[in-house]
Amino acid sequence: MSGFRGAVLVLAGAATLVAACAPASQPIVQTSGSPAADCVPATMGTLTPGKLTIGTDDPVYPPWFTDNKPDNAKGYEGAVADAVATTLGYAKNQVGWVRVTFNNAIAPGPKTYDFDINEFSITDDRKKAVDFSSPYYDVTQAVIALKGSKIAGAKSLADLKNAKLGAQVGTTSYRSITEVVKPAPQPQVYNNNDDAKKALQNGQIDGLVLDLPTAFYVTSAEIDNSLIIGQLPQPSGTPEQFGLVLDKGSKLTSCVSQAVDALRTDGTLAKLQKQWLAGDSGAPELT
Amino acid sequence: MLIAAVSTWFFGSLLVVAVTRAPGWQRVRESFFDPHTAWHSLPTILRGLVLNLELLVCAGLGAVAVGLVMAGLRTLRQPVFFPVRLLSGGYTYLFRGAPLVIVLYLFTLGVPGLRLRGTPSVLVLGGCALVIVYGAYIAEVFRAGIESVHASQWAASRSLGLKYGQTLRYVVLPQAVRRVAPPLLNDLVALQKDVGLISLAGPIDAVRAAQINVAESYNYTPYVVAGVIFVLMAVPLIAVTDWVTLRAARRQSADAGR
Repeated sequence: MSGFRGAVLVLAGAATLVAACAPASQPIVQTSGSPAADCVPATMGTLTPGKLTIGTDDPVYPPWFTDNKPDNAKGYEGAVADAVATTLGYAKNQVGWVRVTFNNAIAPGPKTYDFDINEFSITDDRKKAVDFSSPYYDVTQAVIALKGSKIAGAKSLADLKNAKLGAQVGTTSYRSITEVVKPAPQPQVYNNNDDAKKALQNGQIDGLVLDLPTAFYVTSAEIDNSLIIGQLPQPSGTPEQFGLVLDKGSKLTSCVSQAVDALRTDGTLAKLQKQWLAGDSGAPELT
Repeated sequence: MLIAAVSTWFFGSLLVVAVTRAPGWQRVRESFFDPHTAWHSLPTILRGLVLNLELLVCAGLGAVAVGLVMAGLRTLRQPVFFPVRLLSGGYTYLFRGAPLVIVLYLFTLGVPGLRLRGTPSVLVLGGCALVIVYGAYIAEVFRAGIESVHASQWAASRSLGLKYGQTLRYVVLPQAVRRVAPPLLNDLVALQKDVGLISLAGPIDAVRAAQINVAESYNYTPYVVAGVIFVLMAVPLIAVTDWVTLRAARRQSADAGR
């Protein structure tokens, strides 16, 4: 009967599908703690042997990168990524960049990068999903506003209690609003900082919360009549820090962390911060 | 009945085995189906859902009203109304073609930039964008309904002495609306999701609340939670749609005298 034959064919097809989904050879997950001698291009288990693939978002903004060209080694994160690659022993032509959206950077599954650099803040919660390198920057959040805004003269957190603040979704800037400032009006959340800046210019929000270097860049180069109101205190007492993101259980985490630590001890990180994040001091601290 | 049950059980277990034997299943399960994160994110997602529901009711009613008016204008017969038909037609072409996201951007971030006095809040502007775009789709649905009513109905009304407006109100529209209830309800189910797009302008809806939770924990379970909530919300609406469709089909096949 054609019905029976059809059923057998379908069942056979389904069984083949299950067999095909059988686990491939399990990836070897090394625990961190491999000796420093292993951290050379020849022995590092990068995606492409002998080549380092770095990921970042599209577009990327100053002062972290310049001209949306991460490979020009300019901008603080552009320069740090370049320095890490050099410390690990990769020549300029052995480094490749890929663009990775935020979701693709943190989703489970194989990654298209060896490490990702894009202002990711290190938290314990997030460590369950990805590996972080040692931190390469200590962040503070700042509030910016237009010069005529009702919070332009704010001197303390209490002055911001009735402000309509905005931030980009998924950022620690947003968490600063909900955990530190705790204003009465609900904070406004935007897909990206471009929309948030537009809302600030339209007067739809009184103030915008950004990390301090971006705040300096925006107020000095992007929005004409804006100013920095001040820096916000850290949410839970522990300083917020940026780290490089790697796949969970990546073999490269210890090598990359050692490279970042080396840059910190020899003063490269401080030098790059002074070069690219120059306006870092001078914003009053709100309490 | 037995074959149906056995077949369902077989394919069901085949699917479960295929997924759970995949090499990455453990991590996907932790990342997408973590009960702790789901529980933790539920309150904020439900709070965002309130915004979705409020907007759904307002935008839905507005879109139906706009759609009805536009469809009525577009189906005017006399030649003197040609410009009206043209404008109404142009409206449906423009706003069915324009992506909703772009219209939302123009309304919620563009219009306030004009700094006109009395600019309404972002929610009102976003609601207007939704009404205008969905009104275009619903206008076409109503127009199809109106034009599907047989010409003999119009003729019969005329012979009874009913004016154009009365014909429309008492004879044509009741039939038209009943005929297009299924696609209309379909559009409503689609609107249920699209109202969440207003979150691009600042307000926090259910999906945005889920997104915030995802970014805090790097865990995707809040998205699954939000998805489940939306499906549960849509189930009554879809069930009503199916029931209405079935009843209309039965009624029409009964009319055909089968």
